[in-house]
Amino acid sequence: MFFAAIYVPDFVVEAVVRAEPRLYGARVAVVDGTPPLVKVVAANSKSRAAGIEAGMSKPEAETMPGLVLRPRSPALEAAAHRALLECAQAFSPRVEETAADTLLLDLAGLEPLFGPPPTMAQELARRARELGLEARVAVAANPDAAVHAARGFAGVTFIPAGREAEVLGSLPLEVLFPDPHAESAQQLLETLDRWGVRTFRALAALPSVALSERLGAEGLRLQTLTRGVASRPLLPVEEPLDFEENVELEHPVALLEPLAFLLNRMLERLCARLAARALALNELTLTCMLEQSIADFRLQNAELAGRDPQDSAISNLQSAIHRRTLRFPLPTRDARTLLKLLQLDLESHPPGAPVARITLAAAPAKPRPPQGGLFAPLSPPAEKLELTLARLAGVVGEGQVGSAELEDTHRPDAFRMEKFGDAIQNAKLKMQNAKKLALRRFRPPRRAQVSVRSGRPIEVRFGPIRARVVELAGPWRTSGEWWTGEGWARDEWDVALEEKGGVALYRIYRNLESGEWFVEGSYD
Amino acid sequence: MPAAELRTLIETRVEERLGGRCPAALGWRPRPAAQTAATGIPEVDALTGGLPRGALTEVCGPGSSGRTALLLSLLAEFTRRQELCALVDAGDSFDPASAAAVGVELGHLLWVRCGKVEQALRAADLVLQAGGFGLVALDLGDVPSATARRVPLTSWFRFRHALEETPAALLLLTQEALTGTCAALTLQLAATAPKESLGLPAHARRLGGFSVAVEVARSAFARRPGSGMRTAFLADL
Repeated sequence: MFFAAIYVPDFVVEAVVRAEPRLYGARVAVVDGTPPLVKVVAANSKSRAAGIEAGMSKPEAETMPGLVLRPRSPALEAAAHRALLECAQAFSPRVEETAADTLLLDLAGLEPLFGPPPTMAQELARRARELGLEARVAVAANPDAAVHAARGFAGVTFIPAGREAEVLGSLPLEVLFPDPHAESAQQLLETLDRWGVRTFRALAALPSVALSERLGAEGLRLQTLTRGVASRPLLPVEEPLDFEENVELEHPVALLEPLAFLLNRMLERLCARLAARALALNELTLTCMLEQSIADFRLQNAELAGRDPQDSAISNLQSAIHRRTLRFPLPTRDARTLLKLLQLDLESHPPGAPVARITLAAAPAKPRPPQGGLFAPLSPPAEKLELTLARLAGVVGEGQVGSAELEDTHRPDAFRMEKFGDAIQNAKLKMQNAKKLALRRFRPPRRAQVSVRSGRPIEVRFGPIRARVVELAGPWRTSGEWWTGEGWARDEWDVALEEKGGVALYRIYRNLESGEWFVEGSYD
Repeated sequence: MPAAELRTLIETRVEERLGGRCPAALGWRPRPAAQTAATGIPEVDALTGGLPRGALTEVCGPGSSGRTALLLSLLAEFTRRQELCALVDAGDSFDPASAAAVGVELGHLLWVRCGKVEQALRAADLVLQAGGFGLVALDLGDVPSATARRVPLTSWFRFRHALEETPAALLLLTQEALTGTCAALTLQLAATAPKESLGLPAHARRLGGFSVAVEVARSAFARRPGSGMRTAFLADL
């Protein structure tokens, strides 16, 4: 039975670099604190080699040429941790969150699926790299040995069962502590350093009884760890599937083009995470926190917590959040299509202020490839249809594109627009009389002046048309929905008007409440 | 060798050489038979052979000449075969209730409600580029002729080009012919006076409907359209 540990060195920096791939290979340090006490909290290996250390002040770090400083972002760290967790969960159902930068996997029973443990370790490292994280992976027969090997050795490490003490022996004792700068860890390390004990091998070789007398149970626990024989049960994480990516911007973005650039990266990460779980998305929610709202949010978050949701402060805050939701008839994880759809949506519904923070959340769904029938007629591919509908909405306006659905009422011209594609189903064979003149509606109906004799229209005037009625049928009285306050009552007539080019048929009606005449449309 | 034989020999050799790249390099290339779709109106099908696919068909006529009746009949036929259709409605005049009454499956019909001709042309372009639709109808029936004539001819050429080698049919409803040689088929519709409905009081009758005269004004598939290529059908109200 083997365990694999994934460890991301300099996790705080890696989380930032993951969101800004152009920083790969650069000297990067992360700063945190309230001005003017802003200090370096983490630095990558290149900047450490150049002399940057945690605890340096920001002005001091800024003197270093070529150093890129970024503010600490808990949102980016959380996103990176989630990505790492999903990467691990794609391999094993039993994953322990040992620390923010360390995960532990139970590899029992996975060999038939992924091959022998060394191959699994290589594959884990490759998947993590695909997610933008340079991770160290170690496989060992017990959980703690795997964690220490991952923290201590670069790249991929495999420790055969029974050789833990031998392989781990050269590691420094700092590896034993998740945070070697903590006070308790520093005290223990100082004590051991005074004794000349600086490596795993040296601590493992000490007599247990004497060590126990001097350092107590903690000393014995550490010695067991250095010998690589500690055994403990794994504490697997049970986290609900949550596909969300966040980016907090140092400088708010006002233009759509740079926003699309950021969205592209976020979508690629989101789709990679979905692909790692063999999932797609059928709903995508973009939440942009606008410039003024992010400051308000930080200031008011604490005091708003207990207030009434109808409170004006909360409603102001909500109005400063730009949220758009896209739904898709077929689950997809095509980042390019999703980006284009988001772009089109943002072009027609731009945020009202510069964007300071972006959150993309996906509703996961099982991918469902469209099943084409051998004799089924052609239809546009689902992604292309979605793009076309979005582009059409951009041209003619939202609500002006879709399929009509008749409403269950006698109200004239009663229909609602539905999203095209949702209502496509097998058409029932209908044989109707196709040779029927159809109504072409005037929207809104055109006001007309009608001359009436003996209760019958004899002449109709509307727009440039002034024509004699040569034939008519009616009136037919209709009314309804008087109980809702939005009722209608009218007398309808079908009239044949004598026009210049011949005779044309129209439907006219008189509103019984106002007595006004309207032309509802022409028959064609 | 006589000149005629020499010419035949040269032509044969040239065509053999170019056969792989250019069939019938020096002769007439046989035009492939156009695929057509039934319109749902037997008289029009008998006259035209159906609506040509991969081509533009123009239906012209004044108001109350049966253009919309022909359009809805086509939509009903296509949607009955479960093909997707798109209606780009430049005047927002489509009546879903009338369409449902003649058997149009509204769920299979993408309705684009436009306010301007420019919007309609842009929308038609997008729908044609998307592909996958059996019938795309561009309804300029309420657009005044003076406005419609200002549509550049390049738009119709672009549509024709987009349709080539596709199974889609593009139907254009106008008051008068606009597209010239871009249309594979141009139908001119006209209606006679409505039938009188005698013997019944006005409130107890419907108007009698029209006899719609259909004439082939242009056809890329017929040698001499016009003379003798007309029919009529009775459209009820």
